[in-house]
Amino acid sequence: MDISLSIDPELVRKILTEFIRSEITRVGFSRGVVNLSGGIDSAVSFVLAAEALGPQNVLAVRLPYKTSSTDSLEHAQMLIDLMSCPSVTIPITDMTDSFTSREPGMSEIRRGNIMARVRMIAAYDQSEAFKGLVIGTGNKTEILLGYTTIYGDSACALNPIGDLYKTQVRQLARALGIPEQIIAKPPSADLWADQTDEGELGFTYEEVDKLLFLLVDQRYRPEECVETGFDEKFVRQVFDRVRKNQFKRVLPPIAKLSSRTVGYDFLYLRDWGT
Amino acid sequence: MILKLALAQINTKLGNIPANLEKHLSLAKQAAHDGMDLLVFPELSLTGYVLQDLVPGVSCRPESDDPVFQHLLKASRDIDLLVGFVDEDTRHRFYIASAYLSQGKVVHVHHKVYLPTYGLFDEGRFFAPGNSVRAFDTRYGRFGMLICEDFWHASPPYILWQDGADVLLFSSASPGRGLNSEPKLESSTWVEHTNRAYASLFTIFVAHVNRSGFEDGLNFWGGSTVFDPNGNLITQAPYFEEALTKTEIDLNQLHRTRARLPLLRDERPELVQRELERILHGH
Repeated sequence: MDISLSIDPELVRKILTEFIRSEITRVGFSRGVVNLSGGIDSAVSFVLAAEALGPQNVLAVRLPYKTSSTDSLEHAQMLIDLMSCPSVTIPITDMTDSFTSREPGMSEIRRGNIMARVRMIAAYDQSEAFKGLVIGTGNKTEILLGYTTIYGDSACALNPIGDLYKTQVRQLARALGIPEQIIAKPPSADLWADQTDEGELGFTYEEVDKLLFLLVDQRYRPEECVETGFDEKFVRQVFDRVRKNQFKRVLPPIAKLSSRTVGYDFLYLRDWGT
Repeated sequence: MILKLALAQINTKLGNIPANLEKHLSLAKQAAHDGMDLLVFPELSLTGYVLQDLVPGVSCRPESDDPVFQHLLKASRDIDLLVGFVDEDTRHRFYIASAYLSQGKVVHVHHKVYLPTYGLFDEGRFFAPGNSVRAFDTRYGRFGMLICEDFWHASPPYILWQDGADVLLFSSASPGRGLNSEPKLESSTWVEHTNRAYASLFTIFVAHVNRSGFEDGLNFWGGSTVFDPNGNLITQAPYFEEALTKTEIDLNQLHRTRARLPLLRDERPELVQRELERILHGH
């Protein structure tokens, strides 16, 4: 079965730059802040933001940990130079280690979550200093799979690329002129040495994006995905992963007591009045 | 006869009637100054679209003493207007509505009949559905108005055609969706296909005004169109941007097209009625 996730990058670029401009300016801001990891997702959000708001209005924040790959820092710098945006580099080693050193032998997951949340604190602090909103960098694949740290890398004021699968982000990245080294390198959260997304997840983005496209966008039942040729165990694993991570995609449930409760029957868009 | 038609493809402020009203009045003034006969606004043009719990606070009455409509009625002395708003009836039911205003009077009000309540839409939760589809006479001929989901169903345009409408005025606040390798979204393609089909099948003019801008993550794709009775595109506003698009429609084209292609003459609504009677009532 031929499953195509191809996009028209110029159409997407138009919608997403308008989105960023609209959703930042209507609430009284004119600037944005992007945590630039050196990877493709933050590169795409960053370039879109610079196009939408003007390069001088986007602050690139680099947040290296002592074990971060040197490529990460260099690739982020390439983008900063490419777009001529203001930038700040804040090493997070001391802040991270002040947590991790309290419990020697802490798991990689815990250490990774701490790093992601320290980076979130840095972004929101720069947001106040720069008077810009934090622009998110999570793609649709990782949002659906829950491959993200809640209140860490998923925290943002708006997310331009959250409805694009990873393989679609790559197509957009090429159209935006993002350097090929950034597009071609193995995706990694870079939370520990030699970590790669695909190694950790156990499948490739190419495979899982096609499956998610059928399950989510095309409303295929899991058994229908198997009939089209996907391995049954893979389908079950991905479906369960999507289901179990729903909590990361919603606001925490509030216990309803009154006749009008936030989240249930107090319904307004974020853009209320603007 | 030539109808000078202007399409007000605007963005709106969500729940902010004074700001939206000001935009209406300013565009009406500009279009009238440019010699236009009719200015058409999108669905819910006075309020914005995803209103949710804002609905009861933004309703109006299309009457001369209403604080919003009094300004629009005054403006309609210089140019006919089609505006989108929330109508609250005397029993306090809320409708998605369009009003056609001309020469200081309300000529016709349409309540949206089909309220999409699926996928990203939740209109049935907040609004009451309209219960009639009627054409109406204007100084430029007999028109019909429909709102967005109304023309995703084939029957309302058909009813208006049979009720004498030669110009259909469609308004919408259509969120863009459906990404593939084409340079336009699937929602745009679908609406353009169907509007062209109505114009062709009914040998009428179909003008569609969609809004632009964003509400949270929803984009409104604009791309307003006018099709003539041959199904040809007369004009199209840009995608995604605000625009005041001015065009002229030659109503004599109805004569020429129907002389060639007498689909209206040959249509058999009594057959439709008879078969619907059989389908619905078994006789």
